[in-house]
Amino acid sequence: MIWLLACIIIPALSALLCLLTSQRTVWNRGIAVVGAGALLAASTKLFTEVWDNGFVTFQSGGWPSPFGITLIADLFSASMVLITGIVALAVVIYSLRDIEERLIHSHYYALFHLLITGVNGAFITGDLFNLYVWFEVMLLASFVLITLGGSRAELEGGVKYLIINLVSSILFLCGVGLLYGKLGTLNMADIAARLAGSNDAFLINSSAMFLLAAFGVKAALFPFFFWLPASYHTPRVAISALFAGLLTKVGVYALIRSYTLLFHSQFEVVQGMLIFLAGATMVTGVLGAAAQYEIRKILSFHIISQIGYMVMGLAIGSALALTGAIFYTLHHIIVKTNLFLLGGVIIRRCGTANLKEIGGLYRWAPGLSLLFFIPAFSLGGIPPLSGFWAKFSVIKAGLDAELYVLVTVALLVGVLTLYSMTKIWAEAFWKDAPQGNKPENLGQAGWSLVTPCVALAVMTVIIGLWSQPLFALAESASAQLLDPQAYIDEVLKPQTTTHYGPN
Amino acid sequence: MDLLISILIGALFAAGIFCLLRRSLMKLIIGIILLSQAANLLVFAAGGLTPDRPAFALSETELPPAGYADPLPQALVLTAIVIGFGLVVFAISLLLKAYRAVGSDDVNAFNETDRIS
Repeated sequence: MIWLLACIIIPALSALLCLLTSQRTVWNRGIAVVGAGALLAASTKLFTEVWDNGFVTFQSGGWPSPFGITLIADLFSASMVLITGIVALAVVIYSLRDIEERLIHSHYYALFHLLITGVNGAFITGDLFNLYVWFEVMLLASFVLITLGGSRAELEGGVKYLIINLVSSILFLCGVGLLYGKLGTLNMADIAARLAGSNDAFLINSSAMFLLAAFGVKAALFPFFFWLPASYHTPRVAISALFAGLLTKVGVYALIRSYTLLFHSQFEVVQGMLIFLAGATMVTGVLGAAAQYEIRKILSFHIISQIGYMVMGLAIGSALALTGAIFYTLHHIIVKTNLFLLGGVIIRRCGTANLKEIGGLYRWAPGLSLLFFIPAFSLGGIPPLSGFWAKFSVIKAGLDAELYVLVTVALLVGVLTLYSMTKIWAEAFWKDAPQGNKPENLGQAGWSLVTPCVALAVMTVIIGLWSQPLFALAESASAQLLDPQAYIDEVLKPQTTTHYGPN
Repeated sequence: MDLLISILIGALFAAGIFCLLRRSLMKLIIGIILLSQAANLLVFAAGGLTPDRPAFALSETELPPAGYADPLPQALVLTAIVIGFGLVVFAISLLLKAYRAVGSDDVNAFNETDRIS
C-alpha cells in the first residue's frame, strides 16, 4: 500500500525539490534523475505487489468507500505506472543533454515531475472526480512544458493544444456531473455496480458520450485528433517524447477503464461507435503521416493511427482483443518514446528534421541507423519485433469477432505505416545527402542522448523475442478488466477502519 | 427553478460555442469562460437544486435533517471553479504571449504548425 502512495508522492516531492533548486543546474539535474530512479523502483515494487495480490487499494483519509477517495491499482494500472517509471527515467537522462540551462532555470524538471505525478495519479485513482483533478494536474504541467521555449512555433502549437484540451476538460466535467446527478456517487466501482442495475438509457448514454468525447480528445481519437500533429512537433525533443509516450495513453487508459468498468453493463451502447472510430482513427492518422516530410510530424501522425489499434482492441471487447490492446499500449509507449528521442538525435546531428534536406546518415552514422531501424520496424509490425505480436493479437481478435472490414482496414494501415517508416528510412538514411557531402554539424551525440535510446531499443527487441511474459501479463490484466465484479468487490468490501468520531 | 437553470445552462453553452467558433483570440477566451461556467452550473444542477435546506448535521442529533442538501456537488463545483480559474488565467497569459509572437489577433494567422513540410 505504501508503494501505491509512493508512486504519486515521489514525483511530487521531486517536483518540489526541483522547484527549490531551480537556479542550481547541477543539483537540479541530480535530483531529477534520482527522483525518476526512485519512482521506477517504487513502481516496480508496486507492480510485484499487485502481481502477487491482484489489487492494492488505499482509502484516503480512512473514509470507507464509496465516501472517501479510493486509490486502487489493478494489473493494468500497475503495469502502466511501471512503464511510466521506465519512460520517465529514460527521458530524464536524455534531458541532461537536450535541455539547456535556460529551460532548467524556468523549472523544466519541476514541471516534468509534476506531469508524472498527474499521469500516475490518473492511472491509480478509483474515483471519477479525482481522475478529473489528476487530468488537470497533468494538463497544466503539459501546457507550461509545451510552451517553455517561447518560440513562435511553440506558442502557436501551445495555443491549439491548450484550447482543445480545455474544451475536453469541460466535457469531462459535464459527464461527471450528469453521472453524479443520476447515481449519487463518484466512486468508479460504485458507479459500475449501480449502473449495472440501472436502465435509464437517456442519462447513461449522455454521460457515456460526454466521457467518450472527453477521453477521445485526450487520446487523439478521430475526429478529435487535429491538435496533436499541430502541437507535438513544436517543443523540445525530450518534452515531445514524453508527451508522445504518455499523454495520449492516459486517454486510452481512461477509455479502457471507463468502458470495461463504469459502463461494462452497457458496453453495446458504445461498441458500434468505438469500432467505427477505431477504423477512422487508423486511416486518418496514417494518411496524414504519408503526406508529411518532417520526421516529428510523421511520428505525430503515427501516434494517431496507433491509437486506432488500441481502441480497436477495446471495441472488439473479447479477452484476446483486450489483451492485444493492453500489449499494444505497453509496447507503443516504449517504441514511440524511443522514436521521438531518436528523431531528436537525427535533428541534432543534421541540424534539420526535414527529410528532403537530410540524407546519407547510413554512411555517416551506421549505429544510429540500426538504433532507428529497431523501433521503426517494430511500429510497422515486422516480426519478430514487439509491434508484430501487438498487431497480430488485435487482428486475430478481429477475425474471431468476424469484423472483416475493420480487419482489412487494420491490415492496410499496417502496410501504410510500413510505407511511411520506409520513407523516413530511405530519405534520411539511404539516399545520398542532398549536397553530396557529409552533413555540416554531424558530431557525436553524447552518451546521455544515446543510452536511453539503446535501453528502449533493447527492451523492444526483448519484448519481440520473448513476448510470452508480457503477453501473459496482458492476458491476466485483461482477465481482470473483463471481470469487473472482482474490482467492485475489492473496492466496496466492508472496511475495518479506525473510527475517530465522537461516539 | 430547474427549468430556468436548464435554459440558462443551454444559453451559456450556446454562447460559449458561438464565441469559440469566431476567429478572434479575445472571443476564444470569453468562449472558454462561458463554457466552464456552463459546466459548473450543469454539475450543480445535476446534483439537485435544493434551496433553503441545510447541508450539515444538527448538533443535537448529530444527524442531518430530513431532505438535507447534498454538499458534494458544492464541493465539486468549488474544486472545478478553482481549477477553471487557474486554467483561464494561464490561457489568457499564453494567448497574450502568442498574440505578441504571431502579431495578429486572428486565429487564421496561427497556421504555421499545420503546414505540410
